[in-house]
Amino acid sequence: MTTQPNSQLHDHVPGGPLDEKWTRHKFDLKLVNPANRRKFEILVVGTGLAGASAAATLAEMGYSVTSFCVQDSARRAHSIAAQGGINAAKNYKNDGDSVHRLFYDTIKGGDYRAREGNVHRLAEVSRQIIDQCVAQGVPFAREYGGLLDNRSFGGAQVARTFYARGQTGQQLLLGAYGALMRQVGAGRVKLHVRKEMVDLVEVDGVARGIVTRDLTNGQFERWAGHAVLLCTGGYGNVFYLSTNAKASNVTAAWRAHKRGAFFANPCYTQIHPTCIPVHGEFQSKLTLMSESLRNDGRVWVPQDGGDGRLAAEISEGERDYYLERKYPSFGNLVPRDVASRNAKQVCDAGRGVGDTGQAVYLDFRDAIQRDGRDTIQARYGNLFDMYARITGEDPYSVPMRIFPAVHYTMGGLWVDYNLESTVPGLFVLGEANFSDHGANRLGASALMQGLADGYFVVPATIASHLAGRTLPPVDTSHEAFAEAEAASQKRFQALLAVQGSRTVDSFHRELGLICWNKCGMSRNRAGLEEALQSIRSLRAAFWQDVRVLGDARSLNQNLEHAGRVADFMEFGELMVNDALQREESCGGHFREEHQTEENEAQRNDEGFCHVTAWEHRDGDSEQQHTEELAFESVQLSTRSYK
Amino acid sequence: MSTSTTGDLSLTVHVWCQAGPDQPGEFVTTALTISPDTSFLEMLDCLNEQRMAGGLEPIAFDHDCREGICGMCSLVIDGKPHGPEQETTTCQLHMRTFNDGDDIWVEPFRAKGFPILRDLVVDRGAFDRIQQAGGYVSVNTGSAPDAHAVPVPKPAAEEAFDAAACIGCGACVAACPNASAMLFVAAKVSQFALLPQGAPERDARARSMVEAMDAEGFGNCTNHFECAAACPKAIDVTHIARLNREFLRSSLRPRG
Repeated sequence: MTTQPNSQLHDHVPGGPLDEKWTRHKFDLKLVNPANRRKFEILVVGTGLAGASAAATLAEMGYSVTSFCVQDSARRAHSIAAQGGINAAKNYKNDGDSVHRLFYDTIKGGDYRAREGNVHRLAEVSRQIIDQCVAQGVPFAREYGGLLDNRSFGGAQVARTFYARGQTGQQLLLGAYGALMRQVGAGRVKLHVRKEMVDLVEVDGVARGIVTRDLTNGQFERWAGHAVLLCTGGYGNVFYLSTNAKASNVTAAWRAHKRGAFFANPCYTQIHPTCIPVHGEFQSKLTLMSESLRNDGRVWVPQDGGDGRLAAEISEGERDYYLERKYPSFGNLVPRDVASRNAKQVCDAGRGVGDTGQAVYLDFRDAIQRDGRDTIQARYGNLFDMYARITGEDPYSVPMRIFPAVHYTMGGLWVDYNLESTVPGLFVLGEANFSDHGANRLGASALMQGLADGYFVVPATIASHLAGRTLPPVDTSHEAFAEAEAASQKRFQALLAVQGSRTVDSFHRELGLICWNKCGMSRNRAGLEEALQSIRSLRAAFWQDVRVLGDARSLNQNLEHAGRVADFMEFGELMVNDALQREESCGGHFREEHQTEENEAQRNDEGFCHVTAWEHRDGDSEQQHTEELAFESVQLSTRSYK
Repeated sequence: MSTSTTGDLSLTVHVWCQAGPDQPGEFVTTALTISPDTSFLEMLDCLNEQRMAGGLEPIAFDHDCREGICGMCSLVIDGKPHGPEQETTTCQLHMRTFNDGDDIWVEPFRAKGFPILRDLVVDRGAFDRIQQAGGYVSVNTGSAPDAHAVPVPKPAAEEAFDAAACIGCGACVAACPNASAMLFVAAKVSQFALLPQGAPERDARARSMVEAMDAEGFGNCTNHFECAAACPKAIDVTHIARLNREFLRSSLRPRG
């Protein structure tokens, strides 16, 4: 692994004042004549917020679009599980919000590791997103006057979050899915479900197609186009246990990486503070309890370690509301990374609660006394019900027990201001790219980014590629397709051929545990070096001893999983390496060697005020590149939520 | 499988297995010991691990988010879509609902409109095609007015939300003796009928979506209300009443 930077990446952020960049850029971008758009075939992989909104919008504009998803319907993508809300700088609450404040909060929340130009654009288009979604019939929460309601979220001191009960992601996705279905019905989008992208195809160095595997019959298929959009989500399932859906995976991004797309900041992973704790060894996933609960729930642990009493028996004076005590101005609404790290600290100190000691309380007693049970039920009823179903406990009468869990990944494929990767013609949207959240994402910003990328950014910027480059006709008989398909077939055959003794799931769990223990909420050099060795040995063991049953020509979920775990094994090593080289603490990346006396993250702006992007080289090596982050509008400071 | 601990359940699980769409199927029986804190799908994970340890292929079943919102999980458990708990998807069903010594019968959703692909996996593509017939508001990106331009009375917004909560799982079809998709169609038609944004297309929407539903081979509604009883999101049958009104209204107007 090479660690010395050898080149600077160019972000292509336009010049000029921050708040004019996007407007100017849109003017400067080349255009594709409406009559010519149908001649361009765009392949969109993934149908979450980013993918569905991009596919629908590009089709509305007149492009020919083909869309793919791994689920049985485009409506299942994991954006659907987002609960809390979507930020927008509408300032409907008249509490001093503005585009600049949303921009500033996002940059600061990301611990000054995101690109100013991108983040400002995100804040600008946030307002149009709400307009678009309302027009689609998304049933946002409203006040009695019929206008939209807002609530506050972590890392902000204004109420700018639009929400639809605790199912905001569902409603936004169904809006985008509806837009997509409209285009499918009109014949402008060709939709293919239960197909997984297994390789990217490049011709003359430009992304010109993909190879998919049909999950119902194992058939490999070739698809040619003029541009490829990856909207395939994050890599949180490298940890095995996460709040991601079971099918969420890194395969499409990793295959693109191996074909030349740089992978940026993979060590930036978000551990969400409010999830239902692990219950036992067969746990298959973790469930998030929306961050919105921290508006009314108070986080606490007993003052003294080893206090085995029930919560109700612990008097007020014996409770430590540690977030309110340490961060009086933000209290329970500190950003996610800060809340998670503090939960870990109190549990490490032996003050955790529940059978495992790996949990803290999130208590609604005071809110219920203050506002009444009905009000709390109206705000969070579905979340309370979900908690009760999973744990068998009633959160109206006993405090919830929560613990941090892997939730979102800020790292992803490197993209420039146009959302184009280092492979020309390959665009990356939503969680799959790295662009807007720096080292920590604020709550209610993922939905905003996915929809910004899909509805408003890529539909404009894709013209830079389509109109700016000469794209000779290419069809699937080109040898590059044959090569990619053969390589994919070989990989799946190899998995079946091992015929070892261990199940795929057992390897995935072991990989997840290594990553969680050594590259999770806090990291140190010795642990990371150990993790590298462990992952390498595990990967070798996987290819010698995995047992995949069934064949490659039928619906075989075991084989699907094996392919994804094989890629997670390779990706895990890159994530750990990235964590190892970043000698600072920032956002979700906490290196124990770099902390203040008060155990807060200590950034190293002189050495690491940059994006790290990794280039895959032959022979399994990774070459490190950097993109310097220049801050023109914001002064770098230590984040303080006190 | 782990060694059994106090409180674990010993179960006999009968699961439908079918190699492919045109293959014969049968119930396969497995004895299993499981913690009551595991979810139903984690129980199936364990069952599959146990099968694979014995060299048997795992049983295929659909699932994804495992938090009750994506609508990918299905299954008829002991005769009920999504199992015995009210307003609960299969993935949110936990084994504490069952008793030690229980026999559990697991089948796919069965309906003409949902052909079986393998084991417990069915094809619900028909729902996507019904959506394509009108389950949207026709508004191109960028052409929307300000979000506050059209106020929506709170009760209408709330009721629209109740309908919009549909996860498209298909339990309504699996529960209906006629394999009708009325509740699914009604949820979408009702959501948009209640909102001013949906008004311009309400006639065409009701007509096209009902025609698409019929074309997919789903039956008609004869007021058994099994759909609402099985619905994990508590979509109410009053939405079917609204769908009927919308459909009648549209049939009295000239086609646009």
